[in-house]
Amino acid sequence: MATHFIVHDKADTVGVMVVENAKAGQELTGWIMETNETIALKSLDAVPLGHKIALREIKTGDAILKYGHDVGRAVANIGRGHHVHVHNLKTKRW
Amino acid sequence: MGRYQFHGYRRENGRVGIRNHVVILPLDDLSNAAAEAVANNIKGTLALPHAYGRLQFGEDLDLFFRTLIGTGSNPNVAACVVIGIEPGWTSRIVDGIAKTGKPVAGFAIEEHGDINTIASAARKAQEFVQWASEKQREDCSIEELFVSTKCGESDTTSGLASCPTVGNLIDKLDPLRVTTCFGETSELTGAEVACAGRAATKEVGDRFMQVFRAYQDVIERHKTSDLSESQPTKGNIAGGLTTIEEKAFGNLQKIGKKAKFIDVLKPAEAPAKGPGLYYMDTSSAAAECITLQAAAGFVVHLFPTGQGNVIGNPIEPVIKLTANPKTARTMSEHIDLDVSGILRREMTLDEAGDRLIEVMLRTCNGRLTCAEALGHREFVLTKLYQSA
Repeated sequence: MATHFIVHDKADTVGVMVVENAKAGQELTGWIMETNETIALKSLDAVPLGHKIALREIKTGDAILKYGHDVGRAVANIGRGHHVHVHNLKTKRW
Repeated sequence: MGRYQFHGYRRENGRVGIRNHVVILPLDDLSNAAAEAVANNIKGTLALPHAYGRLQFGEDLDLFFRTLIGTGSNPNVAACVVIGIEPGWTSRIVDGIAKTGKPVAGFAIEEHGDINTIASAARKAQEFVQWASEKQREDCSIEELFVSTKCGESDTTSGLASCPTVGNLIDKLDPLRVTTCFGETSELTGAEVACAGRAATKEVGDRFMQVFRAYQDVIERHKTSDLSESQPTKGNIAGGLTTIEEKAFGNLQKIGKKAKFIDVLKPAEAPAKGPGLYYMDTSSAAAECITLQAAAGFVVHLFPTGQGNVIGNPIEPVIKLTANPKTARTMSEHIDLDVSGILRREMTLDEAGDRLIEVMLRTCNGRLTCAEALGHREFVLTKLYQSA
């Protein structure tokens, strides 16, 4: 079974797309590396290879978790299955 | 342990190199033309032109000398010809390199002009290259190897697979007493506490945090924005990396899960505490970082890339690996090891680490890297501030 996205840590709120040309509305299969679990998610955007997809509802101001760590703050509400990138996630540094 | 032997060149000071270069090293920008003319005339020699060496002072000048002397002293260099505009600083470089016991000679341009200097230096370069050509590789133990790492044009696949592959190699080689080095101070921003936690002692961790904060001060002093498009770079962002914190945790995967770093090195400072993992205070720009690591005596470099950084170094072979299937497909001539199978769950991290060890040992035995075959020789000195 193809793995469409990978999640570093069980606690993470985003996963990383590892296939090219995934489409909006596609049913995706994900792999959580930490626990070796398989999860399902419906994409709501066409998320490119290497880009992040939200695994749950994220509110403006929430910390985004990846590697089990805080990697920045959401600057917009992000629905589960949506693309997470520079338009809705900003650094807390510099 | 025996399966991890390699064949290297043992130098006069006991250190082991994996290449046998005869370097023509200019002291300064003014001497590049003469150095390149010598390298054009004497086959098998390598000129290392660069932009600096005039009116530097203080800590910046110390770093300049440490980098040039370290480059000539690297065990991948069999012998070295130094050419400078004047004899004083030229001799300082020559005397520094001579401490290794390797053949080195200096030539100054003032009072001779380029043409006579080129003639004299070319005669010495010919003598050196014919001498070096008779050097033979011999069996060397893995613990004689000095390995550096740095990643570039990273994307999220770097943090998922190619950086952890290097980490797997370090976890396997650290107990075998290999000397390894990572750096990239600004690129640990957001993961600095996790990094400090990987220091072997509290004192080493505290020194890492001092170095980290000093670099943050430089960024805070000069920044005009949140550094988006510089750190992370445009390429990082195209590859899906959004913030420096995200990039930093991916970067840190390169030191694996177990190894602890035993010392904090200044830029281009040679390790002096025996085998183990070292942290070096460097820029995160690829050519600057690898030039500093090569100057510290590291002989082979592991470079995970996501979007496809094409970096090489003139004296330290750079092995590139990627987990990005698109990069592996569209830029295959730059990729020494494709670990994208990890993302398809066709390859385990443990298998990828073993493959990287194999590619590294073949490189140590003489196989040219992609960057060497393509002629990538980026030699970039780090400059700390304006010249006088």
